[in-house]
Amino acid sequence: MLDIAVSYNRYKFLGYEFLTWLWFLTDKDREQLNKWDQELTSLDIGNRIVLENRLNDAVETLTIKGDDAGLEEGILALRKGSVVTELNLLYKSGDHEWRFTIKGESFNISNLKTPETGGIESKDDIEGAVLEKIYLHEKIATFIDNVFKHFIQLRISEDWDKQVVPLLRKWIGET
Amino acid sequence: MGLLSSAVSITRYTVKGELREPVPEVIAEGLKKNAIKEIDDDISEKAVGWTSFENPFKPDFEGSSFVIGTHLIFSLRIDKKVIPSKIIKKHFAIEMEKKLVESGRDHLSRNEKKQLKENVFTMLNRRALATPNVYDLVWNKEEAGLWFFSNLKAANEELETLFLKSFDLTLIRLFPYTIADLMTGLSDADRDVLSKLSPTKFTE
Repeated sequence: MLDIAVSYNRYKFLGYEFLTWLWFLTDKDREQLNKWDQELTSLDIGNRIVLENRLNDAVETLTIKGDDAGLEEGILALRKGSVVTELNLLYKSGDHEWRFTIKGESFNISNLKTPETGGIESKDDIEGAVLEKIYLHEKIATFIDNVFKHFIQLRISEDWDKQVVPLLRKWIGET
Repeated sequence: MGLLSSAVSITRYTVKGELREPVPEVIAEGLKKNAIKEIDDDISEKAVGWTSFENPFKPDFEGSSFVIGTHLIFSLRIDKKVIPSKIIKKHFAIEMEKKLVESGRDHLSRNEKKQLKENVFTMLNRRALATPNVYDLVWNKEEAGLWFFSNLKAANEELETLFLKSFDLTLIRLFPYTIADLMTGLSDADRDVLSKLSPTKFTE
């Protein structure tokens, strides 16, 4: 395996492309996501998107915030050559809802809010609460790993350039 | 940031290496040896160590206190004293004045000033209280996975260093490339393709 720091920097683009592709799926191919995660009811873009455009040596960052984030501005930025570096997502399974932000370059998860869990009234409740929280956190990690696995398989295949990229270009150009 | 908080940040790792037998005792020993030490009455500026998840201000790793289900749960604590620069400046000026009067001279050498500054720093550190920061972690030993409940660069670096020192195991951060390499079941040929990838242009 490559040196950790080298591979982190050299392959940051995989995370950016993954988030762009995931955004595309939430907009155009939700069925695919449901096929990969049968417990998923819906996946939507939440209240934050961060995009970055590198023009020569200058880096331009665009942050779109707000519950009704103006996605069209994000698409416009993609059209100008930006990449998605951070995405807030809303994952629903049945009546339960998870919200979290994922960073493309590190896959760090932040601001992860899980469905409500039972309160802790005594010391004896802690063990159950911990296991419940771990289960709820794992749900998101498993989802990301699972979808990312499909992304990687696609990314290293010929289908990426022949089928996926044209669809993404069309989406960016027409949305 | 705590595992039970309403909103959490997570940095994920995979644990590389095997623990010596008997595993529970080796872990307990690693935790006890590297438990956080109080520095409030000490001249130290910073302390880093393990602490208990349930009682972060009284570390206790006896028995199976850090095991919940199949997970090992404990916390990293970083205590740091922060002395505002204006306080350092004030006490340095006081001490310098005192020294000049005592010696009857009108200036101090560079070395004397340096020594004085160190003395002031030590004196202030002894009087200052450390601010504790506690970061929980969940270690799934069976799957060799570890979740650290913070995305802070400095806290993650302290975790990686202390984990290696305590258990002789390396933590590998899970980010796009390492996840692709370690967790997606790629063949050697696939890995070769992966290593040669370059960024896609989504605009023509």
